[in-house]
Amino acid sequence: MFQPNRFAVSPVLPQVVVVGSGMVSHRFVEQLRAQADAACLRVTVVSEESRLAYDRVHLSSHFDQPRPDLALATPAGYAELGVDVVFGRATSINRTARTLQVGDTELSYDVLVLATGSFPFVPPLPGKDAAGCFVYRTLDDLDAIRAAAEALPTSATGVVVGGGLLGLEAAGALGKLGLKTHVVEFAPQLMPAQLDAEGGGALRRKIEGMGIGVHTGKATSEVQVDGAGRVTGLAFADGSSLPADLVVFSAGIRPRDELARSSGLSVGERGGIAIDDRCVTSDPAVYAVGECALHDGRVYGLVAPGYSMAKVAAASLLTDLGLNPASEARFTGADLSTKLKLLGVEVGSFGDARGATPGARTVSLSDNVRNTYSKLVLSEDGLRVLGGLLVGDTARYGDLLDLSLSGTPLTVPPETLIVPPLPGATEMPATANALICSCENVRSEAVCSAVAGGARDVASLKKCTGAGTGCGGCVPQLHGLLQTELRRLGETVSNHLCEHYPHSRQELFGLIRVKGWQSWDEVLEAHGSGSGCEVCKPAVASILASLHNDYVLKPQHAPLQDTNDAFLANIQKNGTYSVMPRIPGGEVTPEGLIAIGEVARKFGLYCKITGGQRIDLLGAQRDDLPAIWTDLIAAGFESGHAYGKSLRTVKSCVGQTWCRYGVQDSTSLAIRLELRYRGLRSPHKLKSGVSGCTRECAEARSKDFGLIATEKGWNLYVGGNGGVTPKHALLLAEGLSEDALITLLDRFLMFYVRTADRLQRTSTWLENLEGGLEYLRAVIMDDTLGICADLDAAMQHHIGTYEDEWAAALSDTAGLARFRTFINSDARDNAIEWVDERGQIRPAPLQPALLHGLVPLPMAGGDD
Amino acid sequence: MTLTLSSPSTAWVRVCKLDDILPGAGVCALVDGAQVAVFRVTYRGADRIFAVGNHDPYTSANVLSRGLTGSYTAVDGLRFKVASPLLKHAFDLETGVSLDDPALRLPVYAARAKGGDVWIGLAV
Ligand code: SRM
Ligand SMILES: Cc1cc2nc3c(=O)[nH]c(=O)nc-3n(C[C@H](O)[C@H](O)[C@H](O)COP(=O)(O)OP(=O)(O)OC[C@H]3O[C@@H](n4cnc5c(N)ncnc54)[C@H](O)[C@@H]3O)c2cc1C
Ligand code: SF4
Ligand code: FES
Repeated sequence: MFQPNRFAVSPVLPQVVVVGSGMVSHRFVEQLRAQADAACLRVTVVSEESRLAYDRVHLSSHFDQPRPDLALATPAGYAELGVDVVFGRATSINRTARTLQVGDTELSYDVLVLATGSFPFVPPLPGKDAAGCFVYRTLDDLDAIRAAAEALPTSATGVVVGGGLLGLEAAGALGKLGLKTHVVEFAPQLMPAQLDAEGGGALRRKIEGMGIGVHTGKATSEVQVDGAGRVTGLAFADGSSLPADLVVFSAGIRPRDELARSSGLSVGERGGIAIDDRCVTSDPAVYAVGECALHDGRVYGLVAPGYSMAKVAAASLLTDLGLNPASEARFTGADLSTKLKLLGVEVGSFGDARGATPGARTVSLSDNVRNTYSKLVLSEDGLRVLGGLLVGDTARYGDLLDLSLSGTPLTVPPETLIVPPLPGATEMPATANALICSCENVRSEAVCSAVAGGARDVASLKKCTGAGTGCGGCVPQLHGLLQTELRRLGETVSNHLCEHYPHSRQELFGLIRVKGWQSWDEVLEAHGSGSGCEVCKPAVASILASLHNDYVLKPQHAPLQDTNDAFLANIQKNGTYSVMPRIPGGEVTPEGLIAIGEVARKFGLYCKITGGQRIDLLGAQRDDLPAIWTDLIAAGFESGHAYGKSLRTVKSCVGQTWCRYGVQDSTSLAIRLELRYRGLRSPHKLKSGVSGCTRECAEARSKDFGLIATEKGWNLYVGGNGGVTPKHALLLAEGLSEDALITLLDRFLMFYVRTADRLQRTSTWLENLEGGLEYLRAVIMDDTLGICADLDAAMQHHIGTYEDEWAAALSDTAGLARFRTFINSDARDNAIEWVDERGQIRPAPLQPALLHGLVPLPMAGGDD
Repeated sequence: MTLTLSSPSTAWVRVCKLDDILPGAGVCALVDGAQVAVFRVTYRGADRIFAVGNHDPYTSANVLSRGLTGSYTAVDGLRFKVASPLLKHAFDLETGVSLDDPALRLPVYAARAKGGDVWIGLAV
């Protein structure tokens, strides 16, 4: 059904003029182009900023290095869409003549769309215009702040007035610029519009923990200024003051309705251009969308409601121009639920978060250890979730929001919805069609049907559903849902190493062993494709090392090693390394301790006793590693392989030698085992423990292999794990002599090395081994596969060819060049900064804001 | 010591011998004050040299030259990448674009092997 044309349209094509080129304006233009043929109307966008629309939500990433390109639209792109652009501020509307004044230019319109956004509100304080005072809204604002911050000395202070969402965002940005940062808030807590007092408190502790000063309940009375007109501080109503070299006002936003106001359109009492459900203002030829619009008494300061308005406005306007059939699209308000990551702190608020519903009850959990806070607002009968708040951990945001939107009666006690699950417990059942991405309003059904339609990775899901393309906060969930869905569809249960090898690790191990391959090039040529990647290269390197026990940094092997193996040390968060000499069984002489201490002192290293009974020296520069090891080797130490997927430690108690309960010499056995299996490259790391009696002080049953002494000999346990999924080791054999247990262990370890998957600890390997412990016993005790002699020989080969990797590295003088920071200079990385803590160094805390907006990959790095 | 070859718009700075970089590996060079991660990727017997910024934006550490190189399959075929040694975020070696977030990109530098040496090009 076509509506009669409501406008007297000019004989030429109808002309749409859009005032403002912000995020919503851009979405509106896209919608116009998507909903109608470009040839049937002309579009002109008026932009007051010196550029076209950009991603204001990610404004703060303008201070990142490398600086991301935030542009959403470019003049060339608009030209391609047939959209004209006029740069300048629109100053008046003549509604009778249907013209808009932009500087000296007069533009005629058939339909005018106001998408003028908001301006930051600056409280009318004396001194507010002093040099050094800024607002935080546009890229130009940020450039001005940066220029001012760069001109200040390094110890300068920046203060943000306003502790709401945007204020905290701005505080993060000042931190990125290296300023000592404070936030001042008038209300007694941070984010008063979204959080309650407890939630505000949890957020405050997190933010103070980042070194940002928080001052709540402070009414700013004056901006203090020096003789030259530069800001020097803030004075507060209570008589106190705070010095400041730079001030950013972030005390709220106000709709930019001045054009509408001066041309007589209706505006709200407290601002905002009044619109109806079709986004039409009080003049049928004028529409308004985004933050400048007032709908049903509300102005929305978020981008998602603006996007909904853009879609509705485009549909309404095309209908009104007679270009499209009548549209049912209506804007009926938007949910203000939000999930944000502020300064790296996750904050979510949804539904009736403040418990305004009469009779509402609450359950809350305030965890002062993790500094998290969760609150659920429940209906009077306690059966329905009305809303809630999450600070510090928003993993369940989507599910909880869904419960509140759907009003589904609860089937579990409400407190279980906010208590973190016990390890191994099943996750909260996801509600049907749960909201996955709140920015783009994408639900799980849409994601699942995209997967069914062929999407196989997060990137393609982003492309076809739009999920994850806003704040990015839902990407981990998206990733999880993709995995679940693929598994459900019976896909990707593939155990292929990666796209380059259509084999599991076990198959590849067999192929390499049988064909006798010695190098990556041979393996790739015969079994792989492409040029490999960070998954298959270390896996192949590890297989070659297990089989041949070659020095891992030989030129043909070195480029395959994961970074820890590549430098025979553990990389740390700032790019320096930790050094862990082997201390078998945890036994060390006073001379040994002194030597370690001297090395640490000489090279300025941080010392810590590890959970594996040895000493970690952290903060080593890569260039220093060879010199550090020269000293350690001279003192009798060798590599502890803390960096390798290989034997870590054999933990021991003091045992019979000292302990009044001990029944066997646990320390000596631990040392014997550690020296036997040191350097054995395996699918994952291997840990062991030996306890001198059943009291189990060495925690042997939490290890890959563990021994517990009895009067009759040793009990051997296998397949234990601490870590992510703790598991007690299972008893393999009892009352063994040392020699008998060593035979069993040789075979157990070699069988595991040959058959486990990449990064599979013995616990999961054993769980997945068909036939389980019985089968394992049959293979390594009764030799049912006839491979025991082979396994024994393989272990003999390993033991016979063991050499200390660090000794080998030091004798390979050509290879030592790899430890230099720069190939063409003796300089070092001058970006590494240390601070002093309890008398030792520690990496200078990263401004969390530096990483703002970047979502680490789910479980990234968990494979070390 | 730096040697500079001249060409109209690019100044080429020699950073090392080709043999200083093992096939598949990377090194870090200091070029005009910037940390440049230089990689030698060998594919089907041919060497290619890539250079991107050494700074990993996800962890804010200067570590990318220590990442593992590799290939991945994109819509337009095989492309080369490097994965950060810290949290394994990968970047396209030619464009510098993060494979996890297309909006994020590393600086990329012109790079070539010539006369057994590796050169980095700087716009002048
Ligand atoms: C240094 C140390 C912590 C400490 O200060 O005490 C440590 C440090 C790291 N552990 Fe650990 N773990 C240390 C003892 C442990 C223990 C306790 C133990 O061994 O008795 C466990 C639980 C026992 C277990 O493994 O079953 C442990 C379970 C993990 C896990 C989880 C393993 C799992 O199967 O779930 C990881 C992650 C992984 O391997 O994927 C890990 C990974 C790491 C990494 C490699 C994380 C990383 O990728 O950077 C850390 C290296 C830091 C470094 O460079 O120094 N670390 N880690 C301990 C070194 C022991 C040693 O002397 O070698
Ligand atoms: C730092 C920051 C972080 C944010 N984070 C989030 C977030 O995480 N989630 C979220 O949902 N929202 C967030 N927002 C809010 C979000 O950016 C806005 O909701 C969104 O940009 C509104 O779009 P808009 O098009 O209505 O207004 P704007 O993007 O402000 O665009 C309006 C444009 O119109 C121009 N203009 C105004 N008057 C005229 C005139 N007379 N003539 C010509 N041009 C004119 C303005 O200069 C401006 O360029 C954030 C905002 C900021 C500043
Ligand atoms: S396990 Fe405990 S009780 Fe037993 S010998 Fe060792 S230290 Fe003594
Ligand atoms: S929730 Fe913001 S992009 Fe999905």
